[in-house]
Amino acid sequence: MSQTGTLMGFVHRRRRGAELFLLVLALAVGIGAYAAVGLGVEGVVPADLVGYGGWLTGLIVAAHVTVRLVAPYADPVLLPLVAALNGLGLAVLRRLDLTYEANGVAQHTFARQQLTWMTLGVILFIAALFLLRDHRALQRFTYTSGLAGIALLILPFLPGIGRNINGARIWINVAGFSFQPGEVAKVMLVIAFAGYLVLHRDALALAGRRVVFIDLPRGRDLGPILAMFGVSMMVLVLQNDLGSSLLFFGLFLAMLYVATERPGWLVVGGLMFGGGALAAYTFVGNVQRRFDIWLHPMNYYPGTSYQPVEAMFGMGWGGLIGRGLGDGFPERVPFAYSDFILSTIGEELGLTAVMAIVLCYGLIVERALRIALISRDGFGKLMAVGLGAIFALQVFVVVGGVTGLIPLTGLTTPFLSYGGSSLVANWVVIALLLRISDQARRPAPRLDPVDDQAADSESTQVVKLR
Amino acid sequence: MSELTLFLIRMAFLAILWIFVLSAISVIRSDMFGARVPETARGGAPAPERRGKPKKPRRGSPTHLLVVEGDGAGTRAELADAPLLIGRGSDAAIKLDDDYVSTRHARVVASGDEWFVEDLGSTNGTYVGPVRITQPTTIGLGVQVRVGKTILELRK
Repeated sequence: MSQTGTLMGFVHRRRRGAELFLLVLALAVGIGAYAAVGLGVEGVVPADLVGYGGWLTGLIVAAHVTVRLVAPYADPVLLPLVAALNGLGLAVLRRLDLTYEANGVAQHTFARQQLTWMTLGVILFIAALFLLRDHRALQRFTYTSGLAGIALLILPFLPGIGRNINGARIWINVAGFSFQPGEVAKVMLVIAFAGYLVLHRDALALAGRRVVFIDLPRGRDLGPILAMFGVSMMVLVLQNDLGSSLLFFGLFLAMLYVATERPGWLVVGGLMFGGGALAAYTFVGNVQRRFDIWLHPMNYYPGTSYQPVEAMFGMGWGGLIGRGLGDGFPERVPFAYSDFILSTIGEELGLTAVMAIVLCYGLIVERALRIALISRDGFGKLMAVGLGAIFALQVFVVVGGVTGLIPLTGLTTPFLSYGGSSLVANWVVIALLLRISDQARRPAPRLDPVDDQAADSESTQVVKLR
Repeated sequence: MSELTLFLIRMAFLAILWIFVLSAISVIRSDMFGARVPETARGGAPAPERRGKPKKPRRGSPTHLLVVEGDGAGTRAELADAPLLIGRGSDAAIKLDDDYVSTRHARVVASGDEWFVEDLGSTNGTYVGPVRITQPTTIGLGVQVRVGKTILELRK
C-alpha cells in the first residue's frame, strides 16, 4: 500500500504552474465580484478596486510563494478553491455593507473586518507551513492538543471573558476582540483523535467482545477517546450550540469508522444520534420549535420563522441566474452576513452560483479524502479524513439548514460568511492539509533496492580461481 | 446603468465562476495519474552521480550509527559505508545478538542529505520513537531507532 505510487509507475508532479493558473482565475472571481458589486449597487466601478484587488492579490501571491518554497509537492487545487471562496465571500459582504450603510444599520464594516481577518488567516497559513515541516510532529501532541481543545471549549464559561451572544455561550472577549474558541478546538480535537486512533486502532478493531452484531472494544482502549469526546459534547450541549455538537459527533464517528474499518460504528452512531435527537426533541423546547419551523415554516411567519422563510423567498426570487448583485433584498434576512450568506448568493447570483459554490466545497472534501488515500502514514491519513469530514459536515449542516433540507442549526459557512475565528481556523486547516499532501505526493526517497538474492547466491557462485 | 449592461455583467461573472470550477476539475483530472516515471529511474539503476565520490560530510551531520542500549551497546558503524544493514545475520554492518531481531532487520540509507531507516520486513518491526515504521523514515541526530530490544542512534 505504501508503494502504490511507484508500483503503478507514476510519481506526482508538482503542478505549481497549474496552481498559479487557477489562482489567477480565483482572483478574477474575487475581484470581479467586487467590481460587479460596485457596478450593481452604486453604478460605478468602486474607487478602491485597485487597492482592494492589490491587497487580495498580495495575500494570495504570498500564500502561493510560500507553497512553492516549503511545500512544492502540495495539492494544486486546494489553495485556489479557498481563495475563490474567500474572495467571493468578501465581495458579498461588501454588497451587504453598502445596503446596511444606506439603511443606517450600525454595523456596516463587515467586509473590511473580514479582510483583516483574512490577512491574519493567510499569515497563520504561511507560518504554519513554514514552522510545521512534517505533520507527523503533531502526533507527539496527541493528549496535549486534546486537553487544549477541551480547555478552549470551556473558555467561554469563564466569567471574565466569556460572552453570551445570540443565546449561545461560545464567545470569548479579549482586549476588545470577540473570538470563538470552538473553531480552533475543532482542529485540536482532530489532531488528538488522529494521534490516539492511529496507535490504538488495532486494539479497537480486534480486541473486545462481540455484542449482538458489533465488536465492542475494550474499555481501556476506548476510554480515553470516549472521555475526550464526552467532555466536548457535554460542553457544547451546555453552551446551547447545536450545530457544533452535531459537527463533533459526526467527526468522531467518521474518524472511528475510518480508523477501525468497522461499519458497525456507523450503525451504533446512527442509533445514538437518533436516540439523542429524539430525547432532545422531547425534552428541549428549543429543538422542538426548530423542528416545527422546519416542517411548517409558513405557520410561524412572520414570527419565529421569519429568517428561514425570508431566505426561501430570496432564493426563490433569485431563481436560476439571480437578480444580479445589488438588485435583490438580501438585507431582509437577519444575519445575512453570517449564517445566511448562502441565501444572499442564491438571491443575487442564483442557483447557478450556489451550485458552483457547493461544487467548490465538494472539491475541497474530495481533495482531503484523496490526500488521505495517498498519504503514506496512518496519522496523516486520519488527520486528512478528519479535516475533510469537518468541512463536509459543516457545509452540509449549514447549506442544508439554509435551503430547508434539514432543521436549521447555526454554523458558519467556511470561508464565505463573516466570522474571524472560523476564517482563521479554516486557513490553518488548509495549511495542514497542504502539508500532509506535500508529504504524500513527494516521491518516495529513491533508495537502492535491497539485493535479497545477493547474500543467498554467494554460496552457489562459481568462483574463478586463477 | 442600463438593465442590459447589468444582465451582461451578471452573466459574465457567472461564466467566470464556472470557468474557474471547471478548470479546477480539469486540473484534478490531469493530476489523477501524475507523470510517468521515466524507464531509467524505474529500472533501479542508480543515477551515476550517486556512485561518485562520497560527498564531504557537512558540519553537524551524523558520522556514525551507535548502539546505545541493549546487548551490543557501544557497537558502532561508520555512515561512510552506507547502506548499513542491521540484523542478526553475518552480513549485517551492525550485528546484534538479540532474539527479537530478524536476520536482515532494517537498514540505514542516505538519500540526498537525509538519512533514512527502512524496515526490511522484520518480524517484530522497527520503531522510530514510539511509532512502528511502514516506510523509509527520515532520522536525524539523536533520534532513537528501536529494533527488538536494542536502541540505535545517529551520532556525530
